[in-house]
Amino acid sequence: MRIYIFRRLLLTIPTVFFVTLIIFLTIRFIPGSVIDLMLAQYGSPAGITKIDRQSLEHKLGLDVPIYIQYGRWVDNTILRGDLGKSLWENTPVIDEIKARWPVTLELGILALLVTQLIAFPIGIYSALRQDSWGDYFTRSFAILCIAIPTFWLGILVIVYPAIWWGYSPPITLIQFTVNPIGNLRMFIVPAVVLGVSGAGGNMRIIRTMMLEVLRQDYIRTAWAKGLRERVVVMRHALKNALIPVVTMIGYQLPVLVGGAVIVENIFSLPGLGRLLTNAVTERDYPVVSGCILIIAIVLVLINLLVDLSYGFLDPRVHYK
Amino acid sequence: MWKEKPLGTVGAVITLILLLTGIFANFLAPYGMNAVNGTHALERPSAHFLLGTDNLGRDMLSRIIFGARVSVIVGLTATLISTFISTLMGVLSAYIGGTFDLLLQRFVDAVLCIPNLILLMLIISMIGPGLWQVIVCLGIANGIGGSRMIRSLVIGIKENMYVQSAVALGAPTRKILLQHILPNIMAPIIIIFSMTVPSVILAEAGLSFLGFGIPPPTPSWGGMLSGNAERYMVQAPWMAFWPGFALALVVYGVNMFGDALRDLLDPRLRGGVGHYGQRILKPRRDK
Repeated sequence: MRIYIFRRLLLTIPTVFFVTLIIFLTIRFIPGSVIDLMLAQYGSPAGITKIDRQSLEHKLGLDVPIYIQYGRWVDNTILRGDLGKSLWENTPVIDEIKARWPVTLELGILALLVTQLIAFPIGIYSALRQDSWGDYFTRSFAILCIAIPTFWLGILVIVYPAIWWGYSPPITLIQFTVNPIGNLRMFIVPAVVLGVSGAGGNMRIIRTMMLEVLRQDYIRTAWAKGLRERVVVMRHALKNALIPVVTMIGYQLPVLVGGAVIVENIFSLPGLGRLLTNAVTERDYPVVSGCILIIAIVLVLINLLVDLSYGFLDPRVHYK
Repeated sequence: MWKEKPLGTVGAVITLILLLTGIFANFLAPYGMNAVNGTHALERPSAHFLLGTDNLGRDMLSRIIFGARVSVIVGLTATLISTFISTLMGVLSAYIGGTFDLLLQRFVDAVLCIPNLILLMLIISMIGPGLWQVIVCLGIANGIGGSRMIRSLVIGIKENMYVQSAVALGAPTRKILLQHILPNIMAPIIIIFSMTVPSVILAEAGLSFLGFGIPPPTPSWGGMLSGNAERYMVQAPWMAFWPGFALALVVYGVNMFGDALRDLLDPRLRGGVGHYGQRILKPRRDK
């Protein structure tokens, strides 16, 4: 087990290296450079001289060859944990992220909860009543969940209540520590919108796995012993159907984060996604790279945890 | 077909309608895609404008019909690129194996760990928005992630006797890959293709919605829901409803079609023992 964890950790190193390389290269090759944007914004068009440009490039560290820039960036971000400063606001990126991540985390956790609250009951139900009308109905519902785009659902949820009841979602963020109920009330609608998109895929996996497990011998034994349906389903079948579901959650997280970007933009929630969208538009390199780096590393770690969790979920899994 | 796979048939019909609408958009649309009727801005759905008009007085129905063309083009071409990349990377990674496989898979891990939408936003802001940019980006980003599945398939096939005997006989690698391995993963490739089309269409709409997709005058279902349109939606809810409805319907249909296709092509996923195969074979024998 210990050796497996060690090897698995070792394998995350090249992954993180590629993540940093992808982020760095992509951002550095964005053409319309931030310098043009800044000069256009602050300097009068006639007054832009070569000197201005050079001094600005030097100040931002953009005047050295690209591999040195990469070296500096890795040295600063990975080794010293300093994500740099926002090019526009001049505030440390880490502070911006610290202020925003709780919003995205809360949205993500609530959405995941919504997803599972929809997926588990109907997944189990449609497996137990395979090929009945209930099964067809719930499966169609699952595909509907996949088909409805997050941003459309978000817009409908904003537009129609506004027309029917003149209701519009709150604009300023209510802190959880200040007003927990108001905070939850604010987050629940975006979380449902985000959570619905994942429910379909999860429900299908749960159904397939339950169908497979329900045909096993030990389930027949459990029925033959005269156990109640609830015990057979919940304790004997569901537990063994869980592994692919956990894997699925690991795979879905990037999609969830992508959805969070959209939902945060629709409901104007000040989370990482909104910060990122603004930063990409303004070409604020340090903020963009900092955000994506944090998101990617968190996802790498969660995937690691998912891999390791198999051992706890299924004692038959042995790590070599 | 209708009896055995009702949902699949519905999906196939929707897919076909989408294709035809995309191809014949110029003939089907009652107005031009950007024809502005200044005096008819924000009009309710009526006999003249079946789905209403938008804030510039453009006919919503016509724009949705032309939006279908964008979805068809993006859905097919981006998926072609993506499937090609997936197959190439997956086959090579699995067949060559060793350190090459290890490193390439860590690269795939890295791509999978950066949320697709964010990666696409970044790349598109790098090369500028536009139809072809979106297609190429979607193709590459999806292709890299999708190579995982092909790789695992090829690893299984590689161990088969016929591949090993071809190697022992000294067949050139190119021949082994093209004649022995590729034909055996054709069915999964078609399945992956059919599953990628709806996700690519959704991704394009999402990108256009965020303003990183196809730039405004061209009607894209995602783009029609964003930008200036958002300000008029409470006043004109049909502007919010129809483009998204078209999108949802298409994604639903193509998904259903893909599901049915998977059931038909992948014998391991057919329900029961020979259940599906028997029923579909019977009428053919009768003929």
